[in-house]
Amino acid sequence: MAAVRNMQRLWGIGVGAIRRNAALKTSKILQQRAFRINGAQCQQSFDSSMEKPQFPGASAEFIDHLEFIQPNVISGIPVYRVMDRRGQIINPSEDPQLSKDTVLNFYQKMTLLNAMDRILYESQRQGRISFYMTNYGEEGTHIGSAAALDSNDLVFGQYREAGVLMYRGFPLDLFMAQCYGNADDLGKGRLMPVHYGCRDLNFVTISSPLATQLPQAAGAAYAIKRENSNRVVICYFGEGAASEGDAHAGFNFSATLECPIIFFCRNNGYAISTPTHEQYRGDGIAARGPGYGMMSIRVDGNDVFAVYNATKEARRRAVAENQPFLIEAMTYRIGHHSTSDDSSAYRSVDEVNYWDKQDHPISRLRHYMTARGWWGEDEERAWRKQSRKLVLEALERAEKRLKPNPELIFTDVYNEFTPDLAKQKESMVRHLQQYKEHYPLDMYEK
Amino acid sequence: MAAARLLLRSAALKASLSDVSAGVQSSTAGGSLLRLSPSCSLRLKTQKRHATHFTFYPDPVPTNYGPTTKMNLFQSITSALDNTLASDPTAVIFGEDVAFGGVFRCTVGLRDKYGKDRVFNTPLCEQGIVGFGIGVAVAGATAIAEIQFADYIFPAFDQIVNEAAKYRYRSGNHFDCGKMTIRAPWGCVGHGSLYHSQSPEAFFAHSAGLKVVVPRGPVQAKGLLLSCIADENPCIFFEPKILYRAAVEQVPTDAYHIPLSQADIVQEGSDLTMVAWGTQVHVLREVANMAQDKLGLSCEVIDLQTILPWDKETVCKSVVKTGRLLISHEAPVTGGFAAEITTAVQEECFLNLEAPITRVSNDQLLESGNDELITDVVATLVD
Repeated sequence: MAAVRNMQRLWGIGVGAIRRNAALKTSKILQQRAFRINGAQCQQSFDSSMEKPQFPGASAEFIDHLEFIQPNVISGIPVYRVMDRRGQIINPSEDPQLSKDTVLNFYQKMTLLNAMDRILYESQRQGRISFYMTNYGEEGTHIGSAAALDSNDLVFGQYREAGVLMYRGFPLDLFMAQCYGNADDLGKGRLMPVHYGCRDLNFVTISSPLATQLPQAAGAAYAIKRENSNRVVICYFGEGAASEGDAHAGFNFSATLECPIIFFCRNNGYAISTPTHEQYRGDGIAARGPGYGMMSIRVDGNDVFAVYNATKEARRRAVAENQPFLIEAMTYRIGHHSTSDDSSAYRSVDEVNYWDKQDHPISRLRHYMTARGWWGEDEERAWRKQSRKLVLEALERAEKRLKPNPELIFTDVYNEFTPDLAKQKESMVRHLQQYKEHYPLDMYEK
Repeated sequence: MAAARLLLRSAALKASLSDVSAGVQSSTAGGSLLRLSPSCSLRLKTQKRHATHFTFYPDPVPTNYGPTTKMNLFQSITSALDNTLASDPTAVIFGEDVAFGGVFRCTVGLRDKYGKDRVFNTPLCEQGIVGFGIGVAVAGATAIAEIQFADYIFPAFDQIVNEAAKYRYRSGNHFDCGKMTIRAPWGCVGHGSLYHSQSPEAFFAHSAGLKVVVPRGPVQAKGLLLSCIADENPCIFFEPKILYRAAVEQVPTDAYHIPLSQADIVQEGSDLTMVAWGTQVHVLREVANMAQDKLGLSCEVIDLQTILPWDKETVCKSVVKTGRLLISHEAPVTGGFAAEITTAVQEECFLNLEAPITRVSNDQLLESGNDELITDVVATLVD
C-alpha cells in the first residue's frame, strides 16, 4: 500500500509539474499578446469587439457580417503620365527636365530601333533571315526605362526589348549578326533571331520560354543585394507572360526575400492573338502588386518621360530600401507578334491605326521636341535617311559574313569538353568530310 | 544459402540497418529462395517489410583527406555545406524549410552560424527555388538550392531543362549558371509510398549541360557534393534519403573532392559486371556476395556515381573483361537510365558480350533490396 501511495504521490508531482509547465507556457503566450488582448487576460469583462485576429498569416479586424471582397474595390489603377498625346507636359513639376541632347538621344534611339525593325522585318519577308519580331509602338517603354537605369544594372529581358540593348550601345552590327546567326553573333548562331544577349552591357541572353526570367531576376537581385554594389536588376515581361507560374514565383520570391528589383511589365494588349480580357480578369498586372506586398505603379508606356520618371524612382527606392517594384507600362503592340503572325486575323485595322497615328510614343516625343524648336522637318528627313543607311550598311555586312564553324555545335554545353561530345563532334566531322557535296560548307567558317 | 544469408545479415549488424530477427526470418525462409518465382520472393519480402530490407556496406575509413569523424549521410551533407559557407562568402543555401535545419536536418545549425541572409527559407514553389538559384548563379554567387523531395522537382523542370542546362550554350558562353547546385532527397525510404520515393534521374539525364550525381554513402556524399558545388556547370545532387540516418561512416571533416563523371569499382570480379547508383549499390553488393557463395560467381560491382555525364569507359572496360552486364535502379525500367547504359555498352562491347544485357527494375516503384530477385536474374544470366 505504501508503495502504491508513493506511486500516487510521484504521479501527482509529475502531473503537477506538467500542469505548472503548461500554465507557464500559457502565461508566456498571454504576455506576448497582452498588448492586444488585455480584456481577455483579465477575464473580467470580456468584450469581443476588442479582439484582433491572432492568426500568423494575416491580421486586420474581425467583422461580424458576411461580405466577399469585390475584385474591383478600386475603380481601376490610374495611369501615370507626364505628357499628353500632343507632347505637352501636363504637370510641370513632373517634367524630368532632360537636356536637349538627352532627349534627342532618346528620339534617335527610338527611331533607329524603328528603322532597324522595318528593314529586318522586310529581310525576313525576303527570306534573308528566318524570323523577326518588331518593337513597333513599344519604343517608349524601352528607351524610357533604359535611360533611368545605370549601365551596370543587370537586365533580364523577354524578347521585345531591343531598344534597351540599343540604348546601352549594342552596335547595329551585333544586332544583325544575331539575326543572321553569322560568325560574329555573340551567341554563336544558336538562338532564333532577336534573342540578343551581351555580357559587357549586362543584358542577359534572351531565352524563348516565357517568364522563366522572373524568378531568375529575383535571384540575381538577391545576389546583387549581398554584394552591396548599389545595383538593381530590371526584369521585362509581357502581360501574357505574367500568367505563367514563374511570374508568380518571381513576384513572391522578390517580395519575401527583399530583392532590389524592378519588374517591368509591357502590357501591350495582346499575347500573340490573345487579348488582355482573355488573359486576366483583375485590374491588369499592377493590381497584383499589393497581393504580393510589392510597390506598384501603372504608367503610360507611350509617354517616354512617364516611363523614365517611374523607373528612375523605382530604381532609387529599390536600391535604398531593398524591395521590389512593379511597373505596368500600358502600351500597344502595333506590329504583328512576329513574322509568323498575321494580326489582321484577330484585330481591326482601325484599332491598330489609332495607336499608330494618334498615340505613338515616337510622335509624342517628336511633338515635345518640335514645340521646343529642337527638331524640325529638315532634321527629321536627314535623320530618317541616315538611320536607314546605317541599318542597311550593317545588314549588308552581316549578310556577307560566314556562318559559325559547325564544330561550335559541340562547345559550351559544359565548361569543359566531355568524351561523349568529342566523339559526337568527331563523327559529325567525318560525316561532313564524306558527304561534303550535300552541305553548303563554304558558307561556314572553318 | 540460409547460412550465408544469416552471415551477411550478421556481418552487417555493425553498420547497422538490419534487424536480427528479420535476418533470421529471411534466412529460415531462404533455403529455397532462388528457386522460388519472383512473386514468391516478393511476398516473402513483404513479411519483413518493417525491417530494413537491404544491407549498408560502409566504405573503408578514408586516409588521404585528414581527420575523420563518425557521420551519417545527412551529417556529411551538413559538413559539406558548412565547409562551403566557410570558404565561399558568396554561397547561399535556400529552399523550403532549410532555415530551421530542413525536414531531413541537412542544414541544421548553418543559419545560426552563417546568418539568415545566407541560409534562408523560400516560399513553397519549386520553379521559384530553381529559377532563383539560376539567377543567383548568373550574378556570380554560389547557389545551393534544396528541393524538399525529388518527387517535387517537376514544377522546376522547365527551369532546369530549358534554362539551367542551356544557359551557357545559348549565350555562347557569355552567361552561365554553373555555380548552382540543386540538392534533393531521392529514392525509396520504405514508408514514402508513391510521392516520397521516386528516383527521377533519367528525366535529367536527357539534358546535356546538367550534371546529375547520386552518392552511395556519407564519404561519397560529402566529396561529390563539394565537387558539384565547385563545378562550373549546374548540378543536381540526389541524396538517397533512406541512407540519411542509416548510413554511418568515418567522414573527413575538412573539405575534399571526389571527381565527377568517374565511376567507382566497389568490388572487383570477373564473371559479371553489375552497375547501380545510390542505395541500389548496396543491394548489388549483397547480391554479389550471394552469387559468390551460392553460385560460385565472381561479380564486379560498379557505383556509377555520376549519371550525367557518365563514365562509359569504366563500365565498358569492365564488360570487356566479364562479358556480362546487369544494371539495376529503383527508377522505372522503361526509359530508365539503364536503357542508356545498355545501348552504349552494346555499341562499344557488342563482340564481348556473352549474354543479353539485363535491367532489373519495374515500371512502378522498386523498393530497395530485392536482392533475391536480382540473384535469380544473375543465375539465369550466367546459366
